[in-house]
Amino acid sequence: MYELKNVTKSYDQSKRKVLALNDVSLSIAKGQSVAIQGPTGGGKSTLLQMLGALERPTSGTVALGEAELSTLGDTKLARIRAKDIGFVFQGFNLIPTLNAQENVETALAPLGLNGAERKARASAALASVGLADRGTHLPFELSGGQQQRVAIARALVKKPEVLLADEPTGNLDEETRDEIMDLLEGLWREKGLTLIVVTHDSAVAKRAQRRLHIKQGKVTER
Amino acid sequence: MFGTYLWRELVHRRKQTIIVAIGLAIAIALVIVVNAVSAGVRDAQSTVLQSVYGVGTDVTVTQAPTAPADGAQGGPAFQFGSGDGAADGGSTTLSQSRLTAARGSTAFDASALDTVTSVDNVSAATATLSLESITFNGQIPDFQQGTQGAPTDGSAPPTGGADGAGGSSFDVDSFSVQGIDVTGAAVGPLTATSLSDGRTFTASDVGTDVVVVDASYATTAGLAVGDTLSIGDTEFTVIGIVASTGSDAATGSNTYIPLDVAQSLSGLDGQITGIYVQAASAADVAQIKSDLETALPDATVSTQADLASSVSGSLSTASGLVSSLGTWLSLIVLAAAFLLAILFTISGVSRRTREFGTLKAIGWSNGRIVRQVAGESIVQGLIGGAAGIAVGLLGVIIVNLIAPTLSGSASTVGALGGPGGGAFRGPGGATQTAAATTDVTLQAPVTISIILIAVGLAVLGGLLAGAIGGWRAARLRPAEALRSVA
Repeated sequence: MYELKNVTKSYDQSKRKVLALNDVSLSIAKGQSVAIQGPTGGGKSTLLQMLGALERPTSGTVALGEAELSTLGDTKLARIRAKDIGFVFQGFNLIPTLNAQENVETALAPLGLNGAERKARASAALASVGLADRGTHLPFELSGGQQQRVAIARALVKKPEVLLADEPTGNLDEETRDEIMDLLEGLWREKGLTLIVVTHDSAVAKRAQRRLHIKQGKVTER
Repeated sequence: MFGTYLWRELVHRRKQTIIVAIGLAIAIALVIVVNAVSAGVRDAQSTVLQSVYGVGTDVTVTQAPTAPADGAQGGPAFQFGSGDGAADGGSTTLSQSRLTAARGSTAFDASALDTVTSVDNVSAATATLSLESITFNGQIPDFQQGTQGAPTDGSAPPTGGADGAGGSSFDVDSFSVQGIDVTGAAVGPLTATSLSDGRTFTASDVGTDVVVVDASYATTAGLAVGDTLSIGDTEFTVIGIVASTGSDAATGSNTYIPLDVAQSLSGLDGQITGIYVQAASAADVAQIKSDLETALPDATVSTQADLASSVSGSLSTASGLVSSLGTWLSLIVLAAAFLLAILFTISGVSRRTREFGTLKAIGWSNGRIVRQVAGESIVQGLIGGAAGIAVGLLGVIIVNLIAPTLSGSASTVGALGGPGGGAFRGPGGATQTAAATTDVTLQAPVTISIILIAVGLAVLGGLLAGAIGGWRAARLRPAEALRSVA
C-alpha cells in the first residue's frame, strides 16, 4: 500500500532548519492497522501529512499504490485525497456553519455526485457512526464524541482505502475515547481499510496491529 | 453544496455581510445619484443650448471676429446730412435705422455651406445670418433758428446749454434679427421653438418681407400677428410668434426673417455668420469637426460639448459641482467600499485558515475553494448592489421631487454701437447677451445604463474582494493550514 524510501523532510523555522523526518524508509501493507507514537515534535504529524498527500518530502519518495505522491502536482494530490484518503483530526475540524449532514457531504463535493446521491450516502455514513438522528445539528450542538463521530463519517463516506487519524481521541474523555476507538476498529475490520493512527495514548496504540515509534525524525518498530 | 455552504457562511457572518453590503450600497447609490444628476444637468445644458442653437445641432461653424482696420468703424454709425431730418419748432427730428452683422459674429462667404454639406456624415446643414437692427430716433436743437420763437404746436424744444452742445434728446432701439433658411431645414434655430400664434415660414416666403417674432420680445415690444415691424427701414409683416420649447426662456433671436432678405437689407449679399450642422450619428461628431477644421481653416468649429462650456449661471455651478465634487466623492466612497470588502474577505480567509486546510485535506481543490470564497464575495457585492440601487433610486426620486430650478444662458453676444468716429452712435461698446437666461427644472433621469453600471460595480467589488480573498485561500498549503491551528 504505502512505500516510503529515504524520506527526509526539513523546514525552515526562524532562520534554522528543522529536520522533521530523517531518512525514513517504511512499508505499510493494505488493510493493516498502524499506530505511530513518539514525543511532541518528533515528526509524527509530519509523517502522517506525508502519508496523507498533504506534504511532499524534501528528498526521497512516497508511493501510495501506483501513485508517486512526491512528484504529483497539487491537482492530482487533491484528487487522491478526495478519493482514497480519509482524515480524522484531533480537533474534529468540522465546518461550524454546516450541520452534521452537510459536513459529511463536504467530503463528497469533489467527487461530482448529484445532490440526491450525496445526501443518501451522507445519511448512511451518519447512521453507521450512530448519528442518524443528528443530521440537522450544528457542530456546537453536539458533544465532543459526537463531533468526532461526524468527522469519522466524513472521512469514511467516500469509501477511502486509507483512514489517517491524528490524535483522534486527544480531546475526549476515557469513556468516549474507548467508544471512538471501538468504532474505528469496527469500521476498519468491516471495510478492510488501512488504518493509521497517530497517538500519545498507549492504550490507543496497543489496539493497533503494528506500532511505530518516531523520535527526532527517525522511525523504529516497537 | 456550493449554494448551501455560501448561504450558511453569509448568514453566520451576517455582521460582516451587512457592513460590506452597506459600504457598497452607499457607494453605488452615490454613483447612481451623481450619474442621474449629471445626466439631468447635461439635459438642462442641452435645453439651454437648444434655445439658442435649435434641436439636433451637433456642430456650429462660425468665424472669429477680426479687429476693424484703422479708421474703419467697429459698429453701426449714423450720419446725417444737412437735408436730413424734419425741422420742427426750433429742433430737428432725426430717425435712421441700421441693420448690421451682430457684434461678436463675423460674416463670411455663404459658399462655406456647400463645403460643410460635402463633408462625410453631415446629415443636414443650414446657414444663418445674425444681425442687429438699431434704430436711432431723436431731436437736436436747430441752432440756425436759435431763439426765433417758440414752436407753434406748443411743445417745448430741448433746451441747449450755454455752449450749444446740450439740448439734444434721442434714443436708440435695438433688437436681434436672424436671417434663416425658410425652406424647411431640419436643423437650425427655429427647430427648438413652438408656434404660439400665426404661422411659421414656408418656402414661398423667400424674398418676402415677413417676420416671425420671439414671444418674449413680442410681449415687450407689443407686437402681434399682422402688425408691422420696421427692420432696416423696411416694414415687415409679423406672420407668427414663436416660443422656446422645453423652457420658459426666450428663443435665440428676437426676430427671424428670410435669409435672402436679411442678406439684401444688411448689404451682406452672399454672406452668412453661422452654419448649423447635424451629424448622421453622435459618433461622427469628432470626425466632422476635424474635417470641417481642415476644410475651413479660418472657421471656428464648435461641438455641443464646446458649446456647453459657454453655458453660465447656476446651471454651470451645478455642472461644476456634479463633475468635480460628485464624481470625486463617488470615486472615494467606491474605493473605500471596495477596500472594506477586500479587507473583510482577507480577514475572513485568515480566520478560516483551519476550515480551508481541512477542506483541502479532504480533497477540495484550490479552484473549488477559490470559487467558494469568490462566490461569497460576489453575493455580498450583489446584496450591496441591490440595496445601493434601491437607495440610489430613492435619492433620484427625492431630487426629482425637489426639482431644483437652475438658470443658464449661452453666451452668444450681440452689440450696440461701437467705438470709432461718426456723428451719432449708440452707447459706445455696450453689449447685450442675445440669448436670454433660461430657467430649467432639473430632472435626474435614471437609465438602464446607469443601473447596469451599478450592477457592474457591485459585481466588480465582489470580484475584486473574492479574487484577492480566493488567492489568499489558494495559497494556503493544507499541511500548514492545519498545523497553524493545531
